[in-house]
Amino acid sequence: MTKWFAEKVLCLPELASSNGRAVDDLMVYVHWLMLALFIGWIIYFVYALYRFQARRNPKADYVGVRNHASNYLELTVAGIEALLLIVIAVPVWSKNVDQFPPADKSTVIQVVAQQFAWNVRYAGPDGMFGRQDMKFVTADNVFGVDPSDPHGKDDIQTLNEIHVVVNKPVIIYLSSKDVIHSLKIIAMRVCQDAIPGLRIPVWFTPTKIGRYQINCAQLCGGGHSAMTGGFLIVESQADFDKWLKSKSGAVSPSSFE
Amino acid sequence: MEIPYVVQPRPDTGIYNAKVGIWLFLASEVMLFGALFSAYVLLRVGAVPGEWPHGWLNVTLGTINTLVLALSAITTLLAWVACKTRQFDKFKFFHACTLLLALTFLCIKAYEYHDKWIHYEIKLNDGTFADGHLVEKSPDFDLGKKTGTVTLHGRTVKDETLLYDLRAQQNIELREVTVAAADIKQMENYGPWHNTYLALYFTLTGLHALHILGGSIVIGFLWGPGRKLWKTDPDHFTNRIEVSGLFWHFVDLVWIFLFPVLYLM
Amino acid sequence: MAEFLDQFPPNHDDQHGHGSHAHHDPGFWRGYIFSTDHKIIGIQYGFTALCFLLFGFFLILLMRWQIAHPGAPVPFIGPLLEKTLGPTMAGHGAISADLYNSFGAMHGTIMIFLGVVPLAFAAFGNYVVPLMIGAPDMAFPRVNMASYQAYVLGGIVMLVSFFIPGGAAQAGWTSYSPLATSIPTHGQAFWLIGMVLLITSSLLGAVNFIATIIQLRAPGMTWMRLPFFVWAQFVTAFLLLLAFPPLEAAGVMQLMDNLAHTSFFLPTGLAVGGHLAHVSGGGSPLLWQHLFWFLGHPEVYVLILPAMGIVCEIIANNTRKPIWGYKSLVYSVLAIGFLSFIVWAHHMYLTGMGTKIATFFQATTLAISIPSVIILTCLLISLWGGSIRFNTPMLFCLAFLPMFGIGGLTGLPLGLAPADIYLHDTYYVIAHFHYVVAPGTIFALFAGIYFWFPKMTGRTMNEFWGRVHFWGSFIFMNVVFMPMFAQGMEGMLRRMADGGANYSAARVPGALDTLPDSIMALHTWILWGAVALGLSQIPFIINLFWSIKHGEAVRSDNPWHSTTLEWQTPTPPPHGNFARSPQIYRGPYEYSVPGHDTDFTPQNEPEITQPALTPVHAAGK
Ligand code: HEA
Ligand code: HEA
Ligand code: CUA
Ligand SMILES: [Cu+2]
Repeated sequence: MTKWFAEKVLCLPELASSNGRAVDDLMVYVHWLMLALFIGWIIYFVYALYRFQARRNPKADYVGVRNHASNYLELTVAGIEALLLIVIAVPVWSKNVDQFPPADKSTVIQVVAQQFAWNVRYAGPDGMFGRQDMKFVTADNVFGVDPSDPHGKDDIQTLNEIHVVVNKPVIIYLSSKDVIHSLKIIAMRVCQDAIPGLRIPVWFTPTKIGRYQINCAQLCGGGHSAMTGGFLIVESQADFDKWLKSKSGAVSPSSFE
Repeated sequence: MEIPYVVQPRPDTGIYNAKVGIWLFLASEVMLFGALFSAYVLLRVGAVPGEWPHGWLNVTLGTINTLVLALSAITTLLAWVACKTRQFDKFKFFHACTLLLALTFLCIKAYEYHDKWIHYEIKLNDGTFADGHLVEKSPDFDLGKKTGTVTLHGRTVKDETLLYDLRAQQNIELREVTVAAADIKQMENYGPWHNTYLALYFTLTGLHALHILGGSIVIGFLWGPGRKLWKTDPDHFTNRIEVSGLFWHFVDLVWIFLFPVLYLM
Repeated sequence: MAEFLDQFPPNHDDQHGHGSHAHHDPGFWRGYIFSTDHKIIGIQYGFTALCFLLFGFFLILLMRWQIAHPGAPVPFIGPLLEKTLGPTMAGHGAISADLYNSFGAMHGTIMIFLGVVPLAFAAFGNYVVPLMIGAPDMAFPRVNMASYQAYVLGGIVMLVSFFIPGGAAQAGWTSYSPLATSIPTHGQAFWLIGMVLLITSSLLGAVNFIATIIQLRAPGMTWMRLPFFVWAQFVTAFLLLLAFPPLEAAGVMQLMDNLAHTSFFLPTGLAVGGHLAHVSGGGSPLLWQHLFWFLGHPEVYVLILPAMGIVCEIIANNTRKPIWGYKSLVYSVLAIGFLSFIVWAHHMYLTGMGTKIATFFQATTLAISIPSVIILTCLLISLWGGSIRFNTPMLFCLAFLPMFGIGGLTGLPLGLAPADIYLHDTYYVIAHFHYVVAPGTIFALFAGIYFWFPKMTGRTMNEFWGRVHFWGSFIFMNVVFMPMFAQGMEGMLRRMADGGANYSAARVPGALDTLPDSIMALHTWILWGAVALGLSQIPFIINLFWSIKHGEAVRSDNPWHSTTLEWQTPTPPPHGNFARSPQIYRGPYEYSVPGHDTDFTPQNEPEITQPALTPVHAAGK
């Protein structure tokens, strides 16, 4: 029922992550509440307008409605809203922002947005990111990687391409080098602002192999609407490893752009 | 029909219009400075530990200014009382005092600004820092062309962090430091752009100084041309003194917060 | 011209109040431009705001064209754009991305700060509130004039900014830093200075309104006898008074960032456009957002509360019965006023918010929806048992109810953080708030204009053309905004200079979540809807100006048979409004009082001892 409503009535697009289900369900329930209220009131509204137009009811009634049914209606609305909040919204949110999957069981990625592209960084074969510090940040070392740290040597850096493994959680550490952008992958039901000076983690679990667009959901300048080069590629472990190998060593922090 | 309660209070609310007006206006002022102070708190909490400047301002001057404003608060009060008790000459005297005190405050503030303005921090190519007040730039001094020299009255330090907390180092000896433009990597005076602390300092005290200025203009008007009203309608005039006084006390109050926050903490 | 102005009596004495009511003509300038009479100022505000409203609409028409035909030269005025704004902004008459962004930012700014607030709060507030409470004028007439002048000045600064090199502000009406600071044009500085002026204007206005309502209520006009419109304006004034200063503070700081190169909102290590920005750093981009939305949210209720007030008045008048639940209306509007200060961060769910804070703001956001529900419910229930007259003002008010309903209800999913993950910055948001401000607030404003026009001019606006205006606006508003919900649901983002073409299936083959053609096709539909919406305004504009001189003259001072005080004055009201302060005997909505011989009992009508005993009525029983 909820699935049908989500796809046929709300026309929510493709859902391809396990964490997105809850979001869609919430969308469905809250829209049920809205529809109920709206339709109920519209019927009352139209009927009242028809029945009490001056022609049919020349003399108005000083008191009007005598009962207080509306109070119960308002209480019900408040009650349902509270339910949606406590039962769904809060738990889902805390799952998103507090309960991260263990790093060793997930694909960990760093993303730094810039006008108008996404810089992506993988730990590389050794599974360790090079030490990073604000003071190393330069135009072409957007991650501020410490050149002297061996772990940094094999890190892999790509532009606009996020490769991840299907059914394996993905953790993205998100930041920006210039203005605020927002990483939005609709099919994954993730959206997170990339804010300069902050590094904010997000996570999701892709469930469907394929190629997805990365939307920039925050006005970031003249190229905002054209910041569409980014793609999320969800693939099998094998393909992912192949891709990772092909990239290894190829790119050092300071050799793109 | 005319506007009622311009002079006499409305029975059920117990105050006259202008007083309601000023209290409302002050409420919005509280929100204005409240926002600025919360900005201060947020930025300071977010600052890199150990890099927040201390002891950069002259506490003696700050204290003097605090006393100046406190005194002016008293004189405005006395001026109002004088009006209430219909002693116009007394009023003129006290109001003049307020005005003078206000101007004193602004002069001291201006001096403090200037002192920061001519204070330079120079980052040298060898990684050390020259810091002090500008004595002179040689006529051919030009950063772009890298010609000439600049002389500061101050000191050189190995590490920039030594410049942050001056509370401990009150008695460091200062001398003339001369550096060649060729050795200069970056040269910047202590303007609002120098760091967040100075940005806050100039913005907050600047806005406050504007309030002082505005207040003095009103006070000056009431002392000068505005006093005509005394002849025709002393009650109305007294109300104006009270209202402007309320504003003045608020401006003083703001300073009472600014002083510790910027000078002492 | 002179005749035209005769419709609006100028104020006949100097502002000091100690009134020489000698009827010497103060002349055009003192009478109409530098007037201190609340009615003249109200009309000044109204007219200026309507012009800005129209201008804001033109901007959006251009944007809608660009969305439907990205990069195609704008028909008719394309060359003009290129000539005035320069080839970089509008090369061969097409709208560049930068120009689109500045139009977007200015549309939002103009519509809110120069259009709706001045019209809803300042214009109606100025004209109607003093009359409704039986006051001779505002408490501080000269402050009132200053407020209008600051507003005009702010407007001019905003307009000028279009023509400076680089063009007007381009960072959205929300002006997020660092973007607002990194754009290489002084448009943002102009925007900030303009805003400071507009804020000053609003603050002066707010102080004046509150003081007036507290101090100048006529004898017997107790708080619970105030018309709901006055209550709405009262709360609105408080919102402006307390929410605007933080934005002013933020504006000053961003101005410093732009002009004095401070770093209030700029973090360390910023690398704009390739190289590291030469700023000290240490600032916080989120600080701006907090300060902005601390105003931003109360602001949206500033847009809606006066509208609700107008709707309430007109519904009471045209149902010929008291408003149902006047008390709960008052308490609800107070509750909204209070709550609107603690919901602001629901615009910032996706800036990396922890569970605790998110829970707090979701809770407050849902809480604030309840008083709105109560207000709507009261208004809807008030219809029951009424004797409803369907005139133009009433039609607009009735349309307001479901339209606001749609806009408000769609606020609920946005209020739930996880759903906002999905909807944030999509056209769903655009549709949400346009349903509340456009077919919501704007309709209420139209209603107010049709309703109070006879009081301002002594003539009524043409009913037939009024209805044409209504049906046109009603249909095409929905044609324009309803499809945006669908687009938003499909994930189409706002502020897209190309209407999302770059995310569309046509452009991006192979991706699984592109925007389908059906969604993109809606752009043309919306474009022509917006054009038609504009055309539907023509009857209104003509009707408005034509009726000032040629409209049907009203036969009495109280053509709508209303109970509130503004109708108990001469038409149009002279300077000073009332010959002597009226005495108030009852609440605002005493319609169809049993046993009373008319179906309305004005607030200032003395208690009638025994009308019910007259034979006529005895027979009636
Ligand atoms: C007048 C303006 C106005 C009003 C009244 C509201 C009302 C509400 N708004 Fe909206 N909002 C805006 C203007 C407004 N908003 C604007 C301008 C933005 C975008 C800013 C930007 O980013 O540019 C925005 C954005 C916005 C967001 C941020 C979205 C995002 O950016 O991700 C959120 C999130 O919580 C939100 C929530 C709400 C809620 C819960 C209400 C509630 O108060 C609504 C309560 C009302 C109801 C629940 C309706 C009750 C009615 C009935 C039940 C009766 C129905 C009647 C009939 C059918 C006859 N709004
Ligand atoms: C009060 C606020 C308000 C109002 C009334 C409107 C009215 C309208 N808005 Fe706007 N809008 C905003 C506030 C408002 N908007 C804001 C804040 C934004 C976000 C900006 C940003 O992204 O930063 C926005 C953004 C926005 C967008 C998204 C742009 C983007 O994200 O890229 C769109 C797209 O269609 C749009 C459309 C419209 C339309 C078609 C109307 C129509 O309803 C217009 C209706 C008006 C008229 C038809 C004119 C009536 C005028 C008269 C009758 C004048 C009479 C004149 C005389 C008598 C002299 N608006
Ligand atoms: Cu990046 Cu929008
Ligand atoms: Cu809001």
